[in-house]
Amino acid sequence: MTAAKKLNLKQKYQYLTRNMDWEPSYQKKSDIFPQEDFEGIKIVDWDGWEDPFRLTMDSYWKYQAEKEKKLYAIFDAFAQNNGHQNISDARYVNSLKLFLTGVSPLEYAAFQGYSKVGRQFSGAGARVACQMQAIDELRHSQTQQHAMSHYNKHFNGLHDAPLMHDRVWFLSVPKSFFDDARSAGPFEFLTAISFSFEYVLTNLLFVPFMSGAAYNGDMATVTFGFSAQSDEARHMTLGLEIIKFMLEQHEDNVPIVQKWIDKWFWRGFRLLSLVSMMMDYMLPNKVMSWQEAWEVYYEQSGGALFKELARYGIKPPKYQDVANAAKEHISHQLWTTFYQYGHATNFHTWIPKEEEMQWLAEKYPNTFDKYYRPRFEHWDAQHKKGERFYNNTLPQLCQVCQVPVLFTKTEDPTSFSHCDTVHEGERYHFCSEACGEIFEDEPAKYVQALLPVHQIYQGKSGGPELPQVLTDYYHINIGEDNFDYVGSPDEKRWNEIKGIKPLNKDTDAA
Amino acid sequence: MAVKAISDYTAVPNDLVENFNGMQLLYVHWVNHNMFCAPFTLLVSPDATLPEVFGSHIQPATAPHPESAKIDYEKIKWELNGEPFTPSQTETLVSQGIDHKSMLRMTTPGLNGLYNASF
Repeated sequence: MTAAKKLNLKQKYQYLTRNMDWEPSYQKKSDIFPQEDFEGIKIVDWDGWEDPFRLTMDSYWKYQAEKEKKLYAIFDAFAQNNGHQNISDARYVNSLKLFLTGVSPLEYAAFQGYSKVGRQFSGAGARVACQMQAIDELRHSQTQQHAMSHYNKHFNGLHDAPLMHDRVWFLSVPKSFFDDARSAGPFEFLTAISFSFEYVLTNLLFVPFMSGAAYNGDMATVTFGFSAQSDEARHMTLGLEIIKFMLEQHEDNVPIVQKWIDKWFWRGFRLLSLVSMMMDYMLPNKVMSWQEAWEVYYEQSGGALFKELARYGIKPPKYQDVANAAKEHISHQLWTTFYQYGHATNFHTWIPKEEEMQWLAEKYPNTFDKYYRPRFEHWDAQHKKGERFYNNTLPQLCQVCQVPVLFTKTEDPTSFSHCDTVHEGERYHFCSEACGEIFEDEPAKYVQALLPVHQIYQGKSGGPELPQVLTDYYHINIGEDNFDYVGSPDEKRWNEIKGIKPLNKDTDAA
Repeated sequence: MAVKAISDYTAVPNDLVENFNGMQLLYVHWVNHNMFCAPFTLLVSPDATLPEVFGSHIQPATAPHPESAKIDYEKIKWELNGEPFTPSQTETLVSQGIDHKSMLRMTTPGLNGLYNASF
């Protein structure tokens, strides 16, 4: 008798994934997987699916547990050594407030999304990949919250991220993005999140935040970034595999996939406009400009990717040129928007310092001095007179991306690229032709949008007056979380930590 | 196009006028004044006149801008939902076609924003 040989990795993988599947005998496959066909995607042979990563659950647990141990050791050390005192400047923490309310809840939404679609494919390889990613996403959501929880003890605005994500006006931008994807079918979800978001655009989200953390002395967040990196690599390969798989299975899939790529590239680009202002304005020590990041991570990498996909008949995203041209504008347009609505945010806003304006002018030679510096200089003068500018009237929001209608035309950066349409007797407004087109494709989906400004005017956000909306509904502590960084409790605390005496603003300016 | 769905997909718009307790939404964009990052969303009575809305909503909204005080109401050039529009001084909003979720663009000749940057 011979002892059973140890299985090699490939065999083990085969047993633990594909061979766990079976052919149903007394139920129809279409009843077991009822969501596989309705989007119109034709799958001829699930065996054509190449598993993007051959990882079995037992080794997955082992790897993740090791990473977790190291990660939490560093979190503990960070907390014990008061790591928050070593960051570049307390203004940096505001990018964490944006991340914790805007991004971490998306990780949780991704966990829900992958759990759902991980049940919907009749191919075992795709199911296993989705289930594993679901666990990753849950882990990311948790570890991000743990990485940033230390800051919550020392700075304002971090105290109620999940509720804020569901309610605060600008957080409806990330929230509605994921709700749109999660309410689509399983193939569109993977195109939206695995391909467009994780593969095409993820470097524009994680590199800025994680390098931003490194440049600004935030060891907790940097370590989270490293810990998530190997997971992200897996997620990216799933994104590419799902696209290639759909395109290889049937030629009828090509126009459907193209439409989804067009839509989700644009939805992702609009969502990332929040990251653009974080990079250019919220990081005290800057990593690279948004424009540079866009050129490296989208124009170059995306260009190569779409060249590769051309053999399947896939073209670059329809509104790519508009996005490319906007790289010189969006960070400035977003920050000036948040500056004027800084009374309604859970983070602080401020006028960039003169050396930061010089950096912006160097990075944006065509646009900063001409269009945006005058805004800051005007508002700075107002602030010094004791009249810090806040816009007390609510903005018009785009029906699709839910960003205020603030973006401008490619050919004229002083006029808004607003457009509108009438659908079944109701008028709808958009930030751009691209968002308008997404609406026209599925109007029934977007007419239901809960636009925060309209919700307030319907009386559904805690009351008729803005202070009630902010405190009772958004849980923003007025005078602590919001308003300018200058004069904030965060600034005061930071100055105490660093032993900085409050500056007399008049003598400072002179 | 219809939403592709696993069953019949019907939807009720979230922002029908009846959800606004007798009021309606009006969007106003002051052209070339990008100090205000986006057009305004105002909650107004459909039975108000435009001069009333101008005094009660539009002027307070634009007030932080140095050119706001110089606006001559008589000289404003209006566009309603993309078309040139001559408003009545006495008719209600809704009776002259300024209905729920309409957008008014106002151009103020001679007042083109600050710093040569449409600010």
